Amino acid sequence: MQFSRYHTQKIAKTVIWVGAFSTLAVMVWILWQVLREGVPLLRLGFFLDSPHQMGRTGGIFPTIVGTAVLTVVALIIATPLGVGTAIYLREYTREGKISRMIRFGTDCLSGVPSIIFGLFGFVFFVIFLGMGWSILSGGLTLATMILPTIICTAEEAIKAIPNSFREVSYALGGTRWQTVAKVILPNALPGIFTGVLLGVGRSVGETAAIILTAGSSFLMPTSLFSPVRTMAIHFYILAREGISMEMAYATGAALILLILVINTIANWMLHRYVRKLEGKRHA
Amino acid sequence: MCANWKGRGMPEKDKIALQNFSSFYGDNLALQEISLRIRRNQIFALLGPARSGKTTLLKSINRLTDLIFGARHTGHIFLDEQDVFAPEVVLPELRRRVGMVFDLPTPLPLSIFDNVAYGPRLKGNSQKSWLEGIVEKALRSAVLWDEVKERLSSSALRLSGGQQQRLCIARVLALEPEIIMLDEPCSGLDPISTTSIEESLTELKKEYTILLVPHNIQQASRVADRVGFFLSGDLIEEGAVEQIFTRPRDKRTEDYISGKFG
Repeated sequence: MQFSRYHTQKIAKTVIWVGAFSTLAVMVWILWQVLREGVPLLRLGFFLDSPHQMGRTGGIFPTIVGTAVLTVVALIIATPLGVGTAIYLREYTREGKISRMIRFGTDCLSGVPSIIFGLFGFVFFVIFLGMGWSILSGGLTLATMILPTIICTAEEAIKAIPNSFREVSYALGGTRWQTVAKVILPNALPGIFTGVLLGVGRSVGETAAIILTAGSSFLMPTSLFSPVRTMAIHFYILAREGISMEMAYATGAALILLILVINTIANWMLHRYVRKLEGKRHA
Repeated sequence: MCANWKGRGMPEKDKIALQNFSSFYGDNLALQEISLRIRRNQIFALLGPARSGKTTLLKSINRLTDLIFGARHTGHIFLDEQDVFAPEVVLPELRRRVGMVFDLPTPLPLSIFDNVAYGPRLKGNSQKSWLEGIVEKALRSAVLWDEVKERLSSSALRLSGGQQQRLCIARVLALEPEIIMLDEPCSGLDPISTTSIEESLTELKKEYTILLVPHNIQQASRVADRVGFFLSGDLIEEGAVEQIFTRPRDKRTEDYISGKFG
């Protein structure tokens, strides 16, 4: 059967439109479901109080702290490593055996399910290195998880920098490191930032890898070796163990709002940075 | 020229000497057995159609060809008796001595001031008053100062094409180099900017040795002291500007200059 040009055009348009619309619909539906159940329960006290009766009452303050601390630890470890690897791959080496091996490794890592990372973290950091269920174990495990994302986005960002920038920097007497520090990194930063933000999203939303490495204690952490519970794990435990569906939704709503706030602040900072880098637009 | 001459005893009037210099990209020959001397405090123009090796020659002198994968060379280039390909040559120092302006304006996404101060800052000196002095001097020499002095902190990307190219010239002058190489620096410029660039080149050669790939034949005749004519990687002939333009020795030079091909 042969369709006319007019009909294929119609069909393509419909398929594309349905695709876009269902994506949007699913997203809105999930958000609506969680926010509708959760937001009415949000009080200031909910954010600032500790959980009581296993989380049946009280708030979620220690889990907010736990989420933030774990994410920060993971980023502090993964960002320099990831960006350093990307710089090495693009500026310090040509395509060869080593760069192909690194790329193959990161590609494989990014496809590994998070429970495997959790198991690795449990065996290596928690047991073998004796760090126990702790912020450090969890942060290191998360770092290994988000590393491939950061390497990949940083590499793309560096790749996108016009070659003429490098040429100019070298032609003006720049060393390789000066070129990286003054031209490559500042211009790749927005892209690197995107990768870091993806890492934040993954850290904040992660459960499987963390529950095996950072534990699930909802006491306030006192050091890097304290176990913590993140908001996502709190949500999981509240819902899974039937403790309180209301509190689970409230936690979920808080988590979604937190991600929204982080993204908004991050975008604003990025915007400011780009403007500052290029100099004032108007005299 | 003596075949095993190694740059020693280079005449005082010469700044750059190429000796049997060939350049390749992979298997492609870009320059073939070039032997050439470029005199101090003169403007040397490299004439020739596209893909005749002019840019490769410039990029070989400051070794920007090192950045290109698969680029290799045979022969020598001497700068004041120093072989630029010798292992002891420190590349950032060489490139500060041999400043280069590219054919397309290439401002970095920084402010006007930071663009010009980029080179001097790399040397490690970031004293503000010193930088300000250098930036102003460089912008004045590149005939840009009056247009931008009120907005040095605004983005260089906001300048017009012609202004950007003069900014790139200022950026090279701020290095206080010994040699300035300009690869079709006026290709994006209006006639007025071109005239002012040409005037400043004539002024600059008192202090610098200048290599210029002119964007047309007339520009070579206006500003150059000596001219080399390149064709498909060969140096066809080289001589004083009057001789090349009035009594070319080679038929191909004559054809190119009279516009029979281009």
